[in-house]
Amino acid sequence: MKTLDVSVVTPDGPVLEDNFEMVVCKAENGEIGILPEHIPLVAPLTIGDVRLKRDNNTEYIAVNGGFVEVRPDKVTILAQSAEKSSDIDVDRAQKAKNRAEDRLQSKQDHVDFQRAELALKRAMNRLKVAQK
Amino acid sequence: MASLRDIKQRIDSTEKTQHITKAMQMVSASKMAKAELNARSFVPYSEKLQEVVAHIASSTDATHPMLQKRNVKKTGYVIITSDRGLAGAYNSNVLRSFYQTVQERHKSKDEYAIIAIGRVGYEFCTKRELPVIKSILGLADQPNFADIKKLATETVQMYTDEEIDELVIFYNHYVSAISQVVTSKTLLPITDMETGSSSTSQYEYEPSEEAILEVLLPQYAESLIYGSLLDGKASEHAARMTAMKSATDNADELIEDLSLAYNRARQAGITQEITEIIGGVAALE
Repeated sequence: MKTLDVSVVTPDGPVLEDNFEMVVCKAENGEIGILPEHIPLVAPLTIGDVRLKRDNNTEYIAVNGGFVEVRPDKVTILAQSAEKSSDIDVDRAQKAKNRAEDRLQSKQDHVDFQRAELALKRAMNRLKVAQK
Repeated sequence: MASLRDIKQRIDSTEKTQHITKAMQMVSASKMAKAELNARSFVPYSEKLQEVVAHIASSTDATHPMLQKRNVKKTGYVIITSDRGLAGAYNSNVLRSFYQTVQERHKSKDEYAIIAIGRVGYEFCTKRELPVIKSILGLADQPNFADIKKLATETVQMYTDEEIDELVIFYNHYVSAISQVVTSKTLLPITDMETGSSSTSQYEYEPSEEAILEVLLPQYAESLIYGSLLDGKASEHAARMTAMKSATDNADELIEDLSLAYNRARQAGITQEITEIIGGVAALE
């Protein structure tokens, strides 16, 4: 079976570089699945999980924004932060979630509200991926 | 002439100082190796990002405020310095270059704003009552992207909100362990895109070029700030290592001179004693 060269890169260094049969990620307009020989594509990603499939196994990666660049035999995901499900610090994510919820409840001004909302999204995404 | 005891004391204290500088030199050397590694692991990210940005910017006529020059009413300056001293000319070089630029380019303090990363730069500016609007103090020796993400995002946001019309960064570029060069770069608007990238494949854009630039350019600008910080940190450790090495060498030299003086003084003492004894004997005869 044909495979794709997948690399997930963050400012703190590469998170993962491996071969997979299929990549599924969440773009802004919905999920996209990428198989080998896909046409070249660039799409921004939302906060969400990336699923990497190989031999009936699936690996999960939590991605915070960024974008995906696709070439026929290579997929590059550039995100400001990304973690494999096994690398996620669940305690920290849980704390971040609680903090964000507190802030959302205290109803401050607009900018803080947005930031708290994003933080909450990121934390929930991490927790979700960590459980898989 | 100093007494034997005085010289001995000076030798001892110099030796103690030398132990400290030597330890600091070794600490900095290992930190520098780590910082260099960090800077290197950042390279694939920035290169890829630049490639895609350049590709989109050159292949389409989509425009974005970050790619367009506008009339500069206010300039933002990011200055990267260290939190602690004992790093030779590391901080003073950056600050001198920054201060000169500001003096040349601006007449009033309303025309620019400063974003200070590092305590030395922050204190330099507040002492001269320069307009510091944001600062980060006490960054770790090996900073993560998360540490400066907030500052970077806010800075880029200021450009988007047209609070500033230009963003210039001052930092020490790491050339090698013994050479660091003060560099100033204009981060925003993004102008010098290298378009000659090897990939000529035509991309599909999902949903559209504009939407992608909207996401990509702020991310790119933030990554440039982070890249400069990593570069600056590697330079800082290298500068400190070199400074401590020359301090250690100086201590060596000093100890050598002092030992010579000590031996001379000792010899002089002995000679004097002998002369006195001989003199005494001669007087008795």
